[in-house]
Amino acid sequence: MIRPHRSHPLWLAFVLHRISGLALALFLPVHFWVLSLMLTDRERLDGFLLLTENAVVKLAEFGLVFLLAVHIFGGLRLLAMEFLPWTSRQKTAAAAAVGVSILVSGTFLFQAI
Amino acid sequence: MTETDKNIDVSVWRGGPSGGSFQRFEVPRQDSQTVLDVVAWIQQNDDPTLSYRFACRVGMCGSCAMMVNGEPRWTCRTHVDKVLKNDRLEIAPLRNLPVIKDLAADMDPFFDKWRKAGGVFHPTKSRNDPVEEISPLEEERQNANAGIECINCGVCFAACDVVAGNPDYLGPAALNRAWTLLNDTRDCGSQSILAAVSQGGGCHNCHSMGNCAHFCPNELSPMTSIAGLKRATALSILRSGS
Ligand code: HEM
Ligand code: SF4
Ligand code: SF4
Ligand code: FES
Repeated sequence: MIRPHRSHPLWLAFVLHRISGLALALFLPVHFWVLSLMLTDRERLDGFLLLTENAVVKLAEFGLVFLLAVHIFGGLRLLAMEFLPWTSRQKTAAAAAVGVSILVSGTFLFQAI
Repeated sequence: MTETDKNIDVSVWRGGPSGGSFQRFEVPRQDSQTVLDVVAWIQQNDDPTLSYRFACRVGMCGSCAMMVNGEPRWTCRTHVDKVLKNDRLEIAPLRNLPVIKDLAADMDPFFDKWRKAGGVFHPTKSRNDPVEEISPLEEERQNANAGIECINCGVCFAACDVVAGNPDYLGPAALNRAWTLLNDTRDCGSQSILAAVSQGGGCHNCHSMGNCAHFCPNELSPMTSIAGLKRATALSILRSGS
């Protein structure tokens, strides 16, 4: 259970950042190893790529992309908050602007694929 | 105050430095009752050996902070209405500090860290110099003003999970004080303040989780002050090239 002194958005953002950071640290070595198969063992790589047709794996991929997005934008949020001495209203506006632009450009990207 | 026929079921932490346990009391519910009123009622009407600390009762002195239902609060200005859960209250000494007895926490580590963070004023003038004029519009003065109303209650110190995890961490209040002093143009100790807040338990330990700003009863944001220290230390490294 979340202890009472921790039940507020910034603390949850901190936990999400830590969990996503740790999960990325676990995932990336495996990811690079799979990519390296392209040079060392093509057939096994194809085997892995076939896996991505699987619905469960698709869901897991969504989870990973989500973790990466959470961590990158969470990290950028922290850097902006700590290194740009903005007022909180300016910060909210900036965060909203970044959010909307990501949504718009992300949609374009998906359509391009 | 008018008494109602309702009672509050209060669990109060009893014990000393080596441990203790919660003891239950029934306290009559009253209008506009504060958590400090509840503690005082127990000490005056039920168990005179209960130890706790307070002075001003109006949110000025910062001596009455305790854990109330798991959250750090200034008890003299916390209305029972606001924190009561199922007619129950759990009252304990401030987190992250040693206990002297019952609800009285030992504030020494908290104030030792104020000094360690460089929080003692470094004067530039003597009494023979004319009083310096400071414009309230200067950015530095406004930075200082934003953090200067701290009453040293220790609520932020008790709320911070980094303090809980790292005994050397100077903590939000001490670092907030260092930031206000750094922005005080009458203080000539900038370099020593920056060195003090960059040491092992300094400002770079803060993860911006914001518990301090969330609970500060005076609505200060030590988190924002600490971010200021992170910028100032980073800039000073760029400037001095070392
Ligand atoms: C790509 C852009 C990235 C950005 C902008 C970023 C930003 C940040 C920032 C600002 C922090 C400090 C958080 C704090 O003070 O609590 C942090 C922590 C962390 N990052 Fe990243 N990061 C990125 C990528 C990664 C990657 C690829 C990994 C995995 C290897 C990773 C793992 C971690 C871990 C484990 C932490 C510690 C979490 C914590 O202290 O709570 N990060 N990141
Ligand atoms: S913002 Fe920093 S000082 Fe404040 S509670 Fe979080 S870690 Fe502690
Ligand atoms: S910063 Fe706020 S919570 Fe912390 S000691 Fe000062 S008044 Fe209390
Ligand atoms: S008794 Fe002084 S602040 Fe509560």
